[in-house]
Amino acid sequence: MSALPPYATTGQRIWYYAFRVICGLIFFFLIAPIAVVIPLSFNAQDFFTFTPEMLRLDPEGYSLKHYRDFFSSPDWQQALWNSLTIAPFATVLSVGFGTLAAIGLSQPHVPFRRAIMAILISPMIVPLIISAAGMYFFYSRLGLQGTTLGVVLAHAALGIPFVIITVTATLVGFDRSLTRAAANMGANPVTTFFKVQMPLILPGVISGALFAFITSFDEVVVVLFVGSAGQKTLPWQMFLGLREQISPTILAVATILVVLSIMLLTTVELLRRRSERLRGLSPG
Amino acid sequence: MSDTTHTGPVLAADGTPLKRSLARALRRQKLRALALISPLLAFILVAFIFPVGDMLYRSVQNGIVEDTLPRTVVALADWDADGGDLPSEAVYAAMAADLKDAAAAKTHTRVGSRLNYETPGLSSLFRKTGRKAKTFDIEGGAPWREALIDINDGWADAEVWRTIQTYSPRITPGYFLNAIDMQVGTDGAEMRPEDERIYMKLLKRTLWMSMLITFSCIALGYPVAWLLANLPMRTANVLMILVLLPFWTSLLVRTSAWKILLQQQGVINDILVWVGLVADDNRLVIINNQFGTVVAMTHILLPFMILPMYSVMQTIPPTYLRAAKSLGATNWTAFWRVYFPQTVPGIGAGSILVFILAIGYYITPALVGGTTGTFISNRIAFHISTSLNWGLAAALGAILLAVVLVLYWAYDKIVGIDNVKLG
Repeated sequence: MSALPPYATTGQRIWYYAFRVICGLIFFFLIAPIAVVIPLSFNAQDFFTFTPEMLRLDPEGYSLKHYRDFFSSPDWQQALWNSLTIAPFATVLSVGFGTLAAIGLSQPHVPFRRAIMAILISPMIVPLIISAAGMYFFYSRLGLQGTTLGVVLAHAALGIPFVIITVTATLVGFDRSLTRAAANMGANPVTTFFKVQMPLILPGVISGALFAFITSFDEVVVVLFVGSAGQKTLPWQMFLGLREQISPTILAVATILVVLSIMLLTTVELLRRRSERLRGLSPG
Repeated sequence: MSDTTHTGPVLAADGTPLKRSLARALRRQKLRALALISPLLAFILVAFIFPVGDMLYRSVQNGIVEDTLPRTVVALADWDADGGDLPSEAVYAAMAADLKDAAAAKTHTRVGSRLNYETPGLSSLFRKTGRKAKTFDIEGGAPWREALIDINDGWADAEVWRTIQTYSPRITPGYFLNAIDMQVGTDGAEMRPEDERIYMKLLKRTLWMSMLITFSCIALGYPVAWLLANLPMRTANVLMILVLLPFWTSLLVRTSAWKILLQQQGVINDILVWVGLVADDNRLVIINNQFGTVVAMTHILLPFMILPMYSVMQTIPPTYLRAAKSLGATNWTAFWRVYFPQTVPGIGAGSILVFILAIGYYITPALVGGTTGTFISNRIAFHISTSLNWGLAAALGAILLAVVLVLYWAYDKIVGIDNVKLG
């Protein structure tokens, strides 16, 4: 929407500004619920709303109490630790398998490409409750239910579609003559892969990894069924906290997670731009 | 004439015909591609596809009756349920023998609760009889008809025997019928009584609310996508962060934010009271109902609508609108006849994506939905972890999965799975 032309009628002017106000309200709707959590987490009281002290910007109304609760509670610390151990392993599995498969899928001749793609993307499409229930029954039979390994495998399966999507998208712009040139100069396929192809598709692989990480880090339905008390992750603990007695510590956890997602978002955006620059797709 | 000319097939450097050599190269290429894909494919099959398939099989699996009561099933096969008579003494004797074995193996309660899904009361009948069954003297206890009826007069009810007979086969449509509010009656499948029909209502509610959420997402997403596609690149990139941040923020964080905002003592009610729109003693109930679920889920799924719309709108040249206007179209006509039809693929892609995601939601409805705003997923979870009626959970899951797969297929046709974009 370019600037308003000088000959615009009053009606057009009104619509132009009204439209911007509407869009502003929608952006507000998108951001406000996330933004409001941050100041509320510094509340000195155990309330979920702004106290009069907070509105007066009185320092008395603010405190780090909920953060202290988070860092001193063994339940929350155990949950944080579980999340931080499960997510990286799941990510490594999804990225390892996923990158190989994405390279395979982007070859010029792949038999049953559509069917294979449909199967590999399906963990993203099948409702989580169905995946969770299926894994619960099947993994119990294998003795994996209630083990960290079971949760890692389940989360790896859920993260794979994201790796496949981001890495194949990067490979679309990959110039095949580069690998041929490397082979021509005597490099074997493994050297070609690590020295030529990998550095170029690395941004896509890293964003895929971040997606897989956040999928596992955020996931609660599958871990509720496949895990047991020993695998209680951060989202699980939050889910319990929200369903039973809702404790203000959740606000502090939410704020920490928002900061984490801002960091991830920034990284992914930087990588995307770098990848587009490398492939010469856009000047930006 | 040179003697190197020959009329046979073109040969490759090693002397094999070129055609065969090319075919071999192609085959090798295909095999290499498959070799790269196969580890992942095997992993997904074992870790994901088999578990889901295994669960779906549970929706028709019914081996428990035959496994626990093998003699009764055989003896009962010839009994005419519509004749009005109780089964013969042989059936009762078979039941007594089966119950004795089952009680020793402690499996009688399981078959009781399985049959209880179909006819309430059978669970306690099996439990009570099973308690005495351990001491049954199969040879000397006859006549068993009187003996069993003596222990519990439930055994004198032809309905009980009809249920056992109906659910003897190893494969049953019972769970699926139950999932669509039907049951096996005297003459085939029939609807359940009016007050027991809950699943169709729940399925309809799930579909209806997912549609409502999809439409709210279209209504809110369209203007934003349009603005982003028509602003200068730099500004659009900054505003895009406002769309992507919610996308990257934890689902639990967003759900808890809404839970906190929408509470009766929460921020929204506080503001409404402060502005004077709502009396302090009459605060709005906007959580634990359908409204809360729709608002929170619209917020959570909105980025999935904006992103595909934006990527379609970006490709529409702004000159089209100008051309339409210079040909005399009003703003509205130019938008509706020229611009809007070109954005339909984006709307379609976004809608299917949002609808697929919405229909299977579990966490958000469980936390902000109360009793009226829950989805079919919540019922499935209830049957898996609380009522332990896994067959019914599997049947409900199969129905939900069927709906999702049809939509997935449509999405693949319209957009192509390869064209899914993230961020």
